Amino acid sequence: MLEAILFALPILTALLAGIQAIRTRSLIRSALWLAGVSASIAVLFYMLGAHQVAVIELSVGAGLVTVLFVFAIGIAGAEIQPQRPIVPKTLAWVLILVAILLLAGFALPFATTVQHSTEPETTSVFWQQRGLDVIVQVVLIFCGVLGLLGVLAEEKAPLDQPMVDEIAAERERDLRNLEYQSSQSMVSSQQGQTR
Amino acid sequence: MNPTTLKLCLMAVLSLVGIGLYGLMICRNLIKMVIVLQILVKAAALGLILAGQMSSQINLGQSLGITVIVADTIVAVVGMALAVQVQRRLGTLDVDALSSLRG
Repeated sequence: MLEAILFALPILTALLAGIQAIRTRSLIRSALWLAGVSASIAVLFYMLGAHQVAVIELSVGAGLVTVLFVFAIGIAGAEIQPQRPIVPKTLAWVLILVAILLLAGFALPFATTVQHSTEPETTSVFWQQRGLDVIVQVVLIFCGVLGLLGVLAEEKAPLDQPMVDEIAAERERDLRNLEYQSSQSMVSSQQGQTR
Repeated sequence: MNPTTLKLCLMAVLSLVGIGLYGLMICRNLIKMVIVLQILVKAAALGLILAGQMSSQINLGQSLGITVIVADTIVAVVGMALAVQVQRRLGTLDVDALSSLRG
């Protein structure tokens, strides 16, 4: 019973923070509530025995991602206007209930049994059994760096419309110069022939 | 770990999935959609760890959980980059404004 109460605390915190992250109008507050979700989930990870993932979730999910969100919101603007939802709220609730019932019907029968088996260390699982995952993570991190460059990119694109017009005008000027020079050279050659 | 606790954690996973799906269907702001996606992916990571705990393969669950967290972070970074660029070009973060984009 005590174990269930201990688990219920971070679960309730995560759910409350998740609901607030969606409900609040301010994007900054939403990002901070998301950090709360991450921290609660990290506590749950730790209680479930996944100590390494708990540390990574706390540092990356509640730390790095929150900082990135605050940075991006600072660039893009913090407030959001009240807007009509994409899907009517009633339909949204019905779809969510169907999805949850389907998931629960699939997963709940497995939640009654705990199997016991021996397992290799986390490091050997991560580096040997799941080696392909590590390669995928490296590729993903590369994509993330490119994405970060997208956030930090200059305010105007290097080839926006005024610059395109300027380049076109410059080309036209060069062409006219070329035509003028060629016509001049033709005239001079004709004069030379007549002499 | 007793079955009651496992069911409690499973309910947490399902509730977080529900909150995430509801947010995805309600929000129109691009940054808010990325935040909601984060909640959904956290539910998935919790589900993986829980599955690892139930099958006594917590290290496998941890390995998959780390992969999910890395992918989740990259999704957030790329999503925010998209949102910032859309805000700069169109002046709004509304997803409806994206329909005015032409390739």
